[in-house]
Parts: sequence; C-alpha cells; structure tokens
Amino acid sequence: MQQINLLLISLPDGILLGFVYGLAAMGLTLIWGVMNVINLSHGPIIALGMFSTFFIYTRLGLNPYLGVIPIAIAGLMLGIVIYAVAVHHVINAPHLSSLLATFSVNMIIIGLGTAALTTSPYNVDFSAGSFQLGSTRLLGSRIIAALVTLLFTGGLYLFLYRTRPGKFIRAVANNRAAAELMGIPSTRILALSFGIGTMLAAVSGGLIATFFPFSILAGGSYELKSFVIGVLGGLGNPIGALFGGLILGVIESSSQAFLESSWVPVIEFGLFVVILLVRPSGLFGAKK
Amino acid sequence: MKRSLFNILAVLVLMGLILSACGPGAEPTEVIEEPTAPAATEASEEPAATEAPVAVEETVTIGFTSSLTGAQEVSSKRQVNGLNLWMQQVNDAGGIQLSDGTVVKFEAVTYDDESTKERVQELYTRLITEDEADFLISPYSSGLAAAATIIAEQNGKIMITAGAAEDDAYKTGNTSLFQLYTPGSLYLISTVDMLKQLDPEAKIALVHENDKFSTSVMDGLKPYLESQGFEIVMEEGYAGDTPDFGPVINKIVDSGATVLLGGGHYPDGSTLARQLYEREVGLKFISLLVAPADTKFSELGDAALGVATSSQWELAATHTEEEAAALGIEWYGPSGEDFAAAYEAATTEKPTYHVAGGYVAGLVLQKAIEDADSIDPEKVKAALEAMNIFTFYGGIQFDTSAEAHGLQISHLMVVAQWQKNEAGELTRVVIWPADVATADPLYGVPVP
Repeated sequence: MQQINLLLISLPDGILLGFVYGLAAMGLTLIWGVMNVINLSHGPIIALGMFSTFFIYTRLGLNPYLGVIPIAIAGLMLGIVIYAVAVHHVINAPHLSSLLATFSVNMIIIGLGTAALTTSPYNVDFSAGSFQLGSTRLLGSRIIAALVTLLFTGGLYLFLYRTRPGKFIRAVANNRAAAELMGIPSTRILALSFGIGTMLAAVSGGLIATFFPFSILAGGSYELKSFVIGVLGGLGNPIGALFGGLILGVIESSSQAFLESSWVPVIEFGLFVVILLVRPSGLFGAKK
Repeated sequence: MKRSLFNILAVLVLMGLILSACGPGAEPTEVIEEPTAPAATEASEEPAATEAPVAVEETVTIGFTSSLTGAQEVSSKRQVNGLNLWMQQVNDAGGIQLSDGTVVKFEAVTYDDESTKERVQELYTRLITEDEADFLISPYSSGLAAAATIIAEQNGKIMITAGAAEDDAYKTGNTSLFQLYTPGSLYLISTVDMLKQLDPEAKIALVHENDKFSTSVMDGLKPYLESQGFEIVMEEGYAGDTPDFGPVINKIVDSGATVLLGGGHYPDGSTLARQLYEREVGLKFISLLVAPADTKFSELGDAALGVATSSQWELAATHTEEEAAALGIEWYGPSGEDFAAAYEAATTEKPTYHVAGGYVAGLVLQKAIEDADSIDPEKVKAALEAMNIFTFYGGIQFDTSAEAHGLQISHLMVVAQWQKNEAGELTRVVIWPADVATADPLYGVPVP
C-alpha cells in the first residue's frame, strides 16, 4: 500500500520529466529518420543548451524561459554548421563514417567546453515555485518545461505536415533520390533537418538546466536516454519520441517506488534490449 | 568522393588531436610546481679541502594525481591547491635542513586522473616507475585513493592519503599508507552526538551515494545511531550521477523522517540539497557529506540555508597551540589564521577542509623527514609511525597495529552549517562541538 502511494505521488513528476526527455530524443530521432545518421554530438549540444540558459540567467539577468527562443535559433544555426562541416561529406558513406564524424564533434565540444567552463557543476538558481496537488508537490519549472515541450512538438508537427520545407524533409526521409528527381534541394533539406534536430536538443538542455545542476559532461546521460526513447518510440519517428519520453519518465519514477534509484539504469537499458529484440521498429513504429 | 571523405576525416582527426592536446583532461600534463632545483649530483661536487663544507641540495619528488576534470574536480582542485601552497612555502623558506647539511627541497609531478580509477592506477604506476617519485600523495576521494593505494603498496611507496576517509584500505595488511582524514566510520559521530542533545526523538533517513566512502560512513553510522536510541525510518543508496531525486525525496517524506543524514560528494550533494529545498520538504535537520563543506555550495542560494556537514576542519574552529599544550602534545606548523591568510593571498578564496587536508599532507611529510633526519623511505616511515602531533588541522597520529596500520586515530571532526549572517549573506558556521561552536544550530531547515 505504501508503495502504491509512493507510485501515485511520483507519477506526475515522472510524466513532466518525460516531456523534456521526449524533446531531447526528438532531435536525435529526427536526424536519424531523415539522414540515417546517429548523432553522437547530441549530448554535448544538450549541455551547450544548459550553459546557454545559465549565461542568459546569470549574466544577462533574463528569465531563463525567455532564453528558449535565442537558444532555439542558435541551436538551429549550430546544427547547420555541424552538418556542413562534419556530416555532409560523409552522408553517403557507411554509417561508421558519420558516427565517427559526429563523435569528433562531440569530443571537440567537450574539449573546448572543459577548457572554458571546467567540469564543475553549474546551477541556475531560479525557482518557478511549486504547489501541492493532493499528496504530491508539483514544481513550476517542470510544468513550464512540459508546456514548452508541447509547444515545440506541436510546432514540429505543423512544420513537418503543413509547410513546404517540412514536406520536403519528409520526402527526403522517405526516398532521397526520388525527392531529388522532384527538384527538392536535398542538401539544404538535410542541413535544415540536422539544424532542427540540434535545435531540439539545445532547447531541451536549456529547460533541464532550470531544474538540475549540470556540467559540460551532463549531456551524456540524456544522450543515452534519447537512444532508449528513440528505440521505444521508433527511430526516425519524432512524435513517437515524445511518447517514448513519457514512458521512460513514468518508468523512472514508478520503478523507484519499489526499488532503489540505482536500479533505474538497469531497468532502462534492460527495456532497451527487450524492445530491440521484440519490436525493433519501436512501440510507435519507425520512420514516418 | 572518396578523396573528399578522406580529407574531411583527416581534418577532423587532426582537429581532435590538436584539441585533445590542448584540453586539460586529454593528456596527462606534467606540472612541476617549483623550478627544478639543481640536481644533487651537480651540487655535490667535492669541496676543496680548505673550503667550508658546501650544503648538498636534494630534491624530493612528490607524485600525485588530481582530478582536473570529472566528478571529483571541485574538491580535488582544492586539495591540490593546499598541497601546492605547502610546497611553495617550504621551498621559499629554504627547504628542510638535515643535520648532515643536506637541504631538502620538493618538486611535484602530477597528472589529471579525470576522476577515473583506471587513470589513477595507470598514472600512479607511471609516477613510480617513470617519474621515480620519492613519496606519494593520494588523489581526492576514497574511491580513487583506494585504486592508488594498491599501486603504492605494491611498490612499497609511502603514500599520505589526503581526501580519503574510507577505512577498508588500512585493514587489509597495508603498511605504506598513512591517513589524514578522520575515518569514514567515525565521520558523522559528532553529528549524532549533537542530535542526541537537540532532539533525541528525531527520526532518521539515511540517503547516500553508493560509493566506497559514503557506504563506509553509513556502515559506521548505523550502529552508533541505534546505540543512541535513534530510529532509522529509511535508508536508500543512489548513483553519484543521479539528476532527479524526486522519487527519493517522496520516500523521505513518506517515511516520516525528521532528519536526513547522507549525501556523497559535491555533484550529487548539491543536486539533492537544491531539490529538497524546491520541494519544501521541511525537515528539521539535513547533514550531507562533502558538498556543503565547499564554498561553491553557497551558489545554491537559499537552498543552502540550514544544510549542515561534517567537516574535517573549519577556520572558525581551527586548532591552536594552546589546545596542543593543554593536551601535552607537540605543536607543529603554522596557525590556522596564518595558513588561511597565505591561502587567501594566493587564491583570493577562503580555505575549505579539502585545502587544509592537502596542505597538511605536505606538512606531515615535512615533519616526518625532519624527525627521521633523512629522506630514506624506511626512516621516514618509522617517523610517521611514531608521529603524534597537533597542527592547526587537529591531531595527527596513525594506528600502528597490524589490523589497521596507517588509520588516522587522533583527528576529530566538527559540524558546520550554512546560516545567514547579520548582513543576510550565507556563511558556514561551526555548530558542534559546543566548546568550539560559533553559532547555535539552525534546527528546522527553512523552506521557500
């Protein structure tokens, strides 16, 4: 009975956190879906998003949520630059080449970040308040982060399904050669897709910074979660990633009602393996 | 296309190599803190029969790793800062003069261990075999120190273990290790004594990192809590990189605990403290290991208020020559105020116990060399075993029994807590033992 009570108390937290996990994973899975590239620079980009929020709040004195828009724009630009410099030339090479290229970007960002920011933890000392809902206390920062995630998810959906560039992205994802024959500028579309994926990662990092301390190495754990979520939701399916994030958030919070927190990675990655074995296209289907 | 791909890869690899060479954690960086003194062989040329004896200068190499990157960075850097300050002071003062006229000076060889045990073992092997370090100082944290002690012991090198409180390494037959910190099993004893006086009915939650140090603290704490009649209403371990303590905090609330004892190191401790505050848990007392002892903890703002820690040393309760005289123990080294002033002059920061630990590691080695009147490792080891001194950091004496050789048996801890001063600024005050306390305990942790 005590465990059931703990489960009910922890569930809202898990769901709210799951939204942000989903946003981070959306970026990873979009890039995979469009260009079959496993972006290993995903984690450091999440960390850069965290630091952006930190500097916007501590140096500019702005509300950290006002930073979401400049972080999104900067993330988009950074993604396009990374694509042009590191990914474009290996886009048709075997997967190992793009894996190594994005891994190099990962190492460069971590190396520069470590030199400039050290690996000490940073903290955004900002509170969006909290309120009691029944027996659980909900944090304002997590509710706002969930709302921002919903906005970005809705925006991404509308962009992909209602706009011309979005339709181009889907066309390139489905069959790049055919899309090129239809006159779609695939290189620009791939760069845009990488930019959007990076933007989503940076924004998720910016939001996570409002509730957890972080360092330049902090993105690594969210990158791993993104892989699990990507497989849960279906690799290449950005909207599925949101549901995958929610599932992971719920699993994280609910499992701790019954087990010690150190069991969480065992459960997460156990699930990862099971999904790969039983339903490799994910719970919500791959590439859409 | 293939040529283009090759070019891109070549550029990326080249960039990575350049960056990794520049980055602090990528390649071990040898840091010689002091200009290398003239080699002994150069200085020991035969004097002319009519000239006065020329002092021979010996340079002792002290090897250690520091965590310039990774989870232990914050505390490790402080420890190394303390050690460097000692080394600079002793060298600037002309070194140690031995009775045969030899002047002993010190140089450091150090590498970034990246807060990983694998790097620690690799680098301590290198320090011993390639750099020919004469004496070793442990890395910061019990986990890393445990990895280093194996290498030190295998090679018979004396290692002063600073920043490593866990007991086990001294209970496995090792004879080359000498511990400076109060052992982990005794870490929170002072806190329990204080609670016994403040609130004997307190219900205790133990929430700690699942690492060697924190587990060893909890293993020592539980029987003592029970012997003092406290009820432990929950216990939970967590991974050091846990970002979300929400479910654990829900368990604490659900357990009905009024006091939380636990934590681990800086990253997890600061995260836990922040989330306890945000969730308005309203505990009466929170004591976390390590994190609140660092000045950086105040960056949490009001979330730091009321959080206590067991501290190996606090300037506000520094040990004094008078205290040593009253105990009839030999006093050695500078006063706490002089140490703090020198450190602040060098870094503009106030020293924490990690800084003091690093400094005293050097001071203990200096005292042992003076007592041995030699840098011969066996004689220095004998001097360490016979040591019983009092410094600004407190008592230093090592267990010499076969069961726990090298374990610290003289040093005591204080309880410090973050409170606000009259100007409303966060400051760390000493709240226990009562005879050295600078403020009353804040019992009832404020919520937003």
